[in-house]
Parts: sequence; C-alpha cells; structure tokens
Amino acid sequence: MTSAAPAHPSLAHLSDADIEQIGVELDALRDEVLASRGEADAAYIRKVIKTHRQLESGARATLLVSLFPPAWLAGTAMLATAKVLENMELGHNILHGQWDWMRDPEVHSTTWDWDHATPAEDWKHSHNYLHHTYTNIIGKDRDLGYSVLRLSEDQEWKPYHLAQLGINAGLSLFFEYGVALYDIELEKVLHREMSVRAAAGRLGKLWKKVRPQLVKDYVMWPLLSGPSAVTTLGANLTANLARNVWTHTVIFCGHFPDGVAQFSEEQTENETRGGWYVRQLLGSANLEGSELFHVMTGRLSYQIEHHLFPDLPSNRYGEISPRVQEICERYGLPYTTGPLAKQYLTVLRRIARLSLPSGPSDVPVPVRRTAKKAA
Amino acid sequence: MGLLDTLVRRGSALTTPFLPDDYLSMVNPLWSGGRGPTRELRARVEAVSREAAGSATLVLKPGLGWDGHLPGQYVGVGVEIGGVRHWRTYSLTSPDRVTITVKGLGLVSNQLVRRTPVGTVLRLRPAAGDFVWRSGRPALFLTAGSGVTPAMGMLRGLVRRGPLPDITHLHSALARDEVIFGPELRRLHATYPPYRLVERHTAADGLLTMSELDALVPDWRERETWVCGPAGLLEAVSDHWTSAGLSERLHVERFTPLVVGGGSGLVSFARTGAQAQADSTLLEAGESAGVLMPSGCRMGICFGCVVPLLQGQVRDVRTGDVHGEPGDLVQTCISSPEGDCALDV
Ligand code: FES
Repeated sequence: MTSAAPAHPSLAHLSDADIEQIGVELDALRDEVLASRGEADAAYIRKVIKTHRQLESGARATLLVSLFPPAWLAGTAMLATAKVLENMELGHNILHGQWDWMRDPEVHSTTWDWDHATPAEDWKHSHNYLHHTYTNIIGKDRDLGYSVLRLSEDQEWKPYHLAQLGINAGLSLFFEYGVALYDIELEKVLHREMSVRAAAGRLGKLWKKVRPQLVKDYVMWPLLSGPSAVTTLGANLTANLARNVWTHTVIFCGHFPDGVAQFSEEQTENETRGGWYVRQLLGSANLEGSELFHVMTGRLSYQIEHHLFPDLPSNRYGEISPRVQEICERYGLPYTTGPLAKQYLTVLRRIARLSLPSGPSDVPVPVRRTAKKAA
Repeated sequence: MGLLDTLVRRGSALTTPFLPDDYLSMVNPLWSGGRGPTRELRARVEAVSREAAGSATLVLKPGLGWDGHLPGQYVGVGVEIGGVRHWRTYSLTSPDRVTITVKGLGLVSNQLVRRTPVGTVLRLRPAAGDFVWRSGRPALFLTAGSGVTPAMGMLRGLVRRGPLPDITHLHSALARDEVIFGPELRRLHATYPPYRLVERHTAADGLLTMSELDALVPDWRERETWVCGPAGLLEAVSDHWTSAGLSERLHVERFTPLVVGGGSGLVSFARTGAQAQADSTLLEAGESAGVLMPSGCRMGICFGCVVPLLQGQVRDVRTGDVHGEPGDLVQTCISSPEGDCALDV
C-alpha cells in the first residue's frame, strides 16, 4: 500500500491528488519568488553584512575600554547582537545557498565561513542535507534532541533523561559546541560504527575550526585591551553565551513546540514531492514578532516557509507567509505559530514531560487514506 | 600602502573567520581584494568620457592587490546587474592608468557605457594576455571597430617612450566619425611619420578584403602583425597569413571564441548540487545556475576557467571536437555539454 504523504491524522481528509496539488501550488509560489529576485534583494543582504561588520567593529573598539562599566555593557550588547546576526541571518542563510544566484564569491555558500564551532562544510551536510531532507523523522533527523534530549515518546527512555531539563539548560549555554560535537557523531564509536581514529580525525578538524575563534575572543582582543583585558574576556564570553542561548531558544521553537508533528520512517516511506512539502508544513512552527525580531532570528521565525523553500532569500519569507497560510487554510492543514515565550514554554513542558518514562502516546496512530483514493 | 598591507596580512587573528579586508573596505571599498579566491580585486570608476560610435572610456582606480599591466593586455571586469554579477573582458587602453574603452553593445557593455556613474565600484581580474608589443621588425596593426582598443593601448605605451617606430595601422570603421580614438590616431599619424594610419570607411568602401592588402600595405609580409576585430576579419587574416606561411608573425586578439557549434545536455555541478539544462558553454550554464565558475578571458586562451570533469563528455565549441574522460580538466568557456555531464565545481 503506498501513499504520497506521511500517514498522519492531520492529513486524513486529503487524497493523494490533494497532496500533489499542494505541491504544485507551492512549486508555483517558489518559482514566482525565484523569478523576482533582483537588485533589492542583493542590496538587502549587503546591508545586513555591513550592519554586522559595523556592530562588530563598534563592539570591539568599545570593549578596548571595558573596564568602564557602560562601555562593557554597550560593547557586550553590540557584540552579542553582531554574533547573532552573523550566525543566523548571514551564516545559516548564506550557507543554504540563498544568495548563490548573485554569483558573488564574497556572499556564496561554497566560500562563506562563519563564527561558529561547526566547520561550514560539515554544517552543509548535517543541516542542509540531513535535517532539511529528513525533518522530524525519528531516527533519521538527528536534530530531534541532538542525541542528548528525549523529545518524542518514540525515543527510548534512559535514566539520564530524568535530568534533561538541566541538560537542556547546559546545551543552551554551549549550543554551538553541542551542535559541533553532535555532528561528529561520537556515539558511533561506542556502537563500534566508527573507529577511534576516524573520530580523532573529526575532532582534529573541529579543533582547527574552533581554535582561531577562541584565540580571537579570549586571547587577542583581551590582550589588545591592556588594563581592560579581564573585563574584555568576560564581555566576549558573555556575548558568546548570550548568542548560544538565543540561537538555541529560536531553533528549539522551530520543531519542538506543541502542535508540531513527528514522523516515523515507515510513515514516510513512499513520500512524493507533495508529501515532502506537507511533512515540512506539519513538522515546523513559526514565531510571531516585529521585523527586527524576524531579522534577529535569521527569519527562522518563518521556520515553515524556510523548511518549504530552504534556498529562497530569507528576506522574502515574510511576504510569502500569508500565501502559505492561505494554502494551509484551504486544505485544512495546521499552521503552527505563536509568540516566542509561549512557544518556548511548550518546548520546556515537553522536555519536562518526556524526562519521565512513557510509552508512545501522543505519536499519532497511522491513518490510512486509501479508502478515499479508491473511491 | 605598506601599513595597510601588513594589517591585511597579519590582522586576521582579530577578524577570523572573516578577513581584515572585510572591515577595512567599510572605510574604503578599495581596501580589499586579491587575496585568495574569495576576495576579488576591486576598482572604482574615476571618470567616464564619451567616445565615437556609442562607446565610452572608463578610468578605473584599482584597489589592493592590483599588479599592473602591459599595454595591449586585457582585463576581466565584473559588473552587477539586477543583483547578479556578470563578467566581460576589455582591452586596457592606457599604459599607466587602468582605462577601458567600451562599445555599448550587449548587456554588460551597455551597463558600463550608460549606467555606470563615477564612483561605482567594479570587480577586476588581473590583467592578462600576450597581445603586447615586441620590437624588432616593422609592424602592422590590422584593426576594425572596437578592435582598435588594444592597438591604442600599445600606441600610447610607445609614445610615452619616444617617437613612434615604423608601424602601419590599417583600421576599418563604418565612417570617419565612427572611428574610436579617430582624432588621436590622426594626430599620431601627423606627428610621427613612421606611424602611418590607413583608414577604411566600410559604409562607403565596403569591407576590407585580403586581395586589397598588397595595394594598401605592399610590405605586409615583412611586418610583425597584430590583428583585432570581428570574427570574420580574424578568420580572413589568419587564413591569409597561414597560406603565406607567415602565421609565426601574426598575433590575434579575440573578444569572443570563434564558434562552430556546441552540443547540449544536462550539466550537474557536484559541489553545490545545482543542475542546468544547457546548450550554451559550460561557463555560461554554471553562471546562470548561480555556481561560482572560475573564469578569465572567456575565449579559450588563458585556462583560467578549467574545472575537472567528473562524468560525461564535452564539445569544444570552436572545433566541434568531442572529448572528455573523468578527471580531465576542461575549459568551460569554450566547451558545451555533449549529452549529460557533471563538473567538480
Ligand atoms: S576563461 Fe580563459 S580559457 Fe576559459
């Protein structure tokens, strides 16, 4: 028995033809944006790049006198903002190839490097390919809990999950390293799926990426700050941690709040393009907020639109969001969204609930839609 | 620029993963460039002046990393149109400054001539090409239309060193008013008798044919010859010199490859995963798919565009030859896909 989309109660009312029609409509929307990319978009990304560089230069200069508390505060705030912009609106989106069409080697997915622990090459594989292809499929999308958290009833409970609220807080603080380490898949060594040697090689590569950034933030700039060395070091650490907490919060609100669906491998076996689109719709959640808020999330506040069209320029997600909502409404599909605090609270609730052992309860029983198709 | 250079080379410990160029260029856009494949040379347009035949001369101020040029060489110029970078090559027309003279035909040239105000920052590739002056024998310049530009570069370079040597310059243009650099060339003709300008106005006198050469330049066989102009002229001259057994003495400058015909197919670009159905050159196919294709002269000379072939075969658009084994380096600017193929870029 085959079906185009994952068997899921939210889809029970749709026929395979409906699913394919949703795919056709979304493809058309995508083509429309592709055809209209131009000067204004190029100007947008250049403006963000410039803003990041101005903020960062301003922050570094201010922190040279970080002994003076107002300078410390202003410098730290600017640096954290710069780092958030750089990781989210720039790094994440440029590495997705959203700006490759400009053919500018200074803004291109194959040449861009970012102030993040994960080497750009590895990120493109684990994030662009694995996470975006197998979104929310338990056992395939490793972003589901990053191997340390239990975020679905279908993930096996282990005693250490009792502490997962605390683990989550720690992961939040050191998110960039958490992500980088989990990309190395060290657990494969335990399961004898990877040699110690291979793991050491990957760790070496990670160190090569991380070291210059540590030297920059914790040696070079403090040294340049002379008498303000210690306070500058503290400011840089604070900015890095703040950036980690922010990105962690936004990213967790993208796939783990209430109302977001998870899938099993069997459910998605015969997925078509339309089915893939629908899984992205059900498996992602947006955040509501101002334009500035959207920029500071790297438009991951439009997680749904981003997951449907990962390589469209991020500045265009906002304008297509009403069109996507309209499609969802017409086909009776959920479109999950809410303000950050509310969404993150539901994520914390899920983490708390799943820290206790439980059977598969809220994972939907597969519903077959073949009756309708046969009719 | 000593201090600036040091800053740019040593400062990356403070800016990693970015380069000091990225921050310095906020102060001056020309303080960036030339280092590695990802930071391109830049140049600011300092002046634009109109020339004959709907062309214009742009004076460019190159930024960090520019290594200079020889008169007669060409330069790759990158222009942004609708947010997308386009590259073309132009002959450098001045020995000391970086100037290009562009005829406003086609997307990029039109943009440069009509919509590039003073202050615009363009991208550059290093100067290249061996269409440069070699002294020794008397010379013949055979040029037509905007093909006069590299010859002008050489003439201006020679004038700076002293009186011009023995050069016959046979130039074709539609009419007297349409001769790019017309007044300057005529002044050189009047000032330095060994330099002889022969103008051919094709609207009145028709296209130059090789059978007229003996009458116009009786001693052409003795002269070291530089030819630049439309494909038809280049072909006629090449054939003529080859049959006279004199191809050693001929220097040809092309602006576009001579195309006999290309194939078509689906091209896959392995590193980005992009694909394009193409009947153009691989270079154009990649560029329109948003792939960062390396390139230089764009006419099969410099090998600045070579990329490893992963699978499939390609056709040389100049000769029609089909070739290609996995691992071969192919010149993307003069190759089209011969059926489906994949490139490692
Ligand atoms: S770009 Fe010069 S040979 Fe292709």
